Amino acid sequence: MKKNEKLVIIIAGIIIGIIASVLVVFGNPANMGFCIACFLRDIAGALGLHRAAPVQYIRPEIIGIILGSFGAAFATKEFKAQGGSAPLTRFVIAFFVMIGCLMFLGCPFRMIIRLAGGDLNALIGLVGFVLGIGVGTFVFLNKGYSLKRTYAQPMLDGIIMPVIQVIVFALLVAAPAFIFFSEAGAGPGAKHAAIAISLVAGLVVGVLAQRTRLCMVGGFRDLFLFKQTKLLLGFFAIFVSALVTNVILTVVTDATYFNFAFAGQPVAHTDGVWNFLGMFLVGFGCILLGGCPLRQLVLSGEGNTDSAITVLGLIVGAAFCHNFGLASSADGPTLNGKIAVIIGIVVVAIIGVVNTYCKKEA
Amino acid sequence: MKTIDTRGLSCPEPVILTKKALALNESEYEVLADRVTSRDNIIGFAEDAGYKATYVENNGEYKITLKK
Repeated sequence: MKKNEKLVIIIAGIIIGIIASVLVVFGNPANMGFCIACFLRDIAGALGLHRAAPVQYIRPEIIGIILGSFGAAFATKEFKAQGGSAPLTRFVIAFFVMIGCLMFLGCPFRMIIRLAGGDLNALIGLVGFVLGIGVGTFVFLNKGYSLKRTYAQPMLDGIIMPVIQVIVFALLVAAPAFIFFSEAGAGPGAKHAAIAISLVAGLVVGVLAQRTRLCMVGGFRDLFLFKQTKLLLGFFAIFVSALVTNVILTVVTDATYFNFAFAGQPVAHTDGVWNFLGMFLVGFGCILLGGCPLRQLVLSGEGNTDSAITVLGLIVGAAFCHNFGLASSADGPTLNGKIAVIIGIVVVAIIGVVNTYCKKEA
Repeated sequence: MKTIDTRGLSCPEPVILTKKALALNESEYEVLADRVTSRDNIIGFAEDAGYKATYVENNGEYKITLKK
């Protein structure tokens, strides 16, 4: 049973890694077959929540992940409308997690994909990420951190998030004038695979991630807390699989999918301190949320309305990032972004302290 | 027999509570869970710690019995 579980997550990781690399061949931005943070940011832009013209597109991968998870959870009777565990706190943490992601320019999932493309800046990000997870795990989680329990919610409450995905997908296909799409050549938002390809890729990843409980943050957390390697194996399998696929693609095509260097990486910058601190905030915040952005999407498809609120927090965070000039670019981080990351670390730490050390015994 | 109520808690809290309770090294525990992920993680952890786990389902909630 246990060996079987590990084998399943390794196979799932291999499939996800291949999909991530191949999506770039089909048109996604380089080293961005998947990026939950970037894609939510693009969706925020498409809906006009921010007006950064280079990053506006409704990403079917996100829609696919949530609906894939919804389908898998429904089929296995795991779908359950649940929520009410400090939703507003989760919203705030998610808001700052997004600021960390857009400082680094990627969610933990894209961090692995960037590593698999040879982007060494992601290695610095990984160190910050693991350290953030360590702080969250040992200083808070293991000392009793809790956002209190969830309760059963009306069935409809759990179905709203998947329904929103269907509506947003309809907006993508119908493309009315009030939806913003980056114009060709304008930036990452204009680079995307065909809608059907992106949607199917998302659906497959959604189903696999729901069945395996894949989580980038959970991988290191479970290793630290329980000496369990299952989730980390999934993380590692994605890395190896995407790496091998990138090397093969570089050999058999004219394009370069693997470039082992710090400089000249696609949709990335080389400011090590802020790559480190951005991902530190992401690792730390996600531990307090109970999962990485990918896992939040999957849980929101399973009827977890706290995770749905978390995803909304990520989207609002992304909108603020571009409205307030917090997001980094290839030129590096902005001053506003640096200040926001510091504020984020402080806010997340306060939330951690209050919910760990200042609790009245019930 | 000690009872651990993890209902409604998000992962990994159910497993942390179980881990802390198992550290007391009693021979039998009852753990309540209401998510499949929590149930599987608790059973996985307890089996690693040398307990035999069985569970019954009742209306979407799981009563897990751990015995050494």
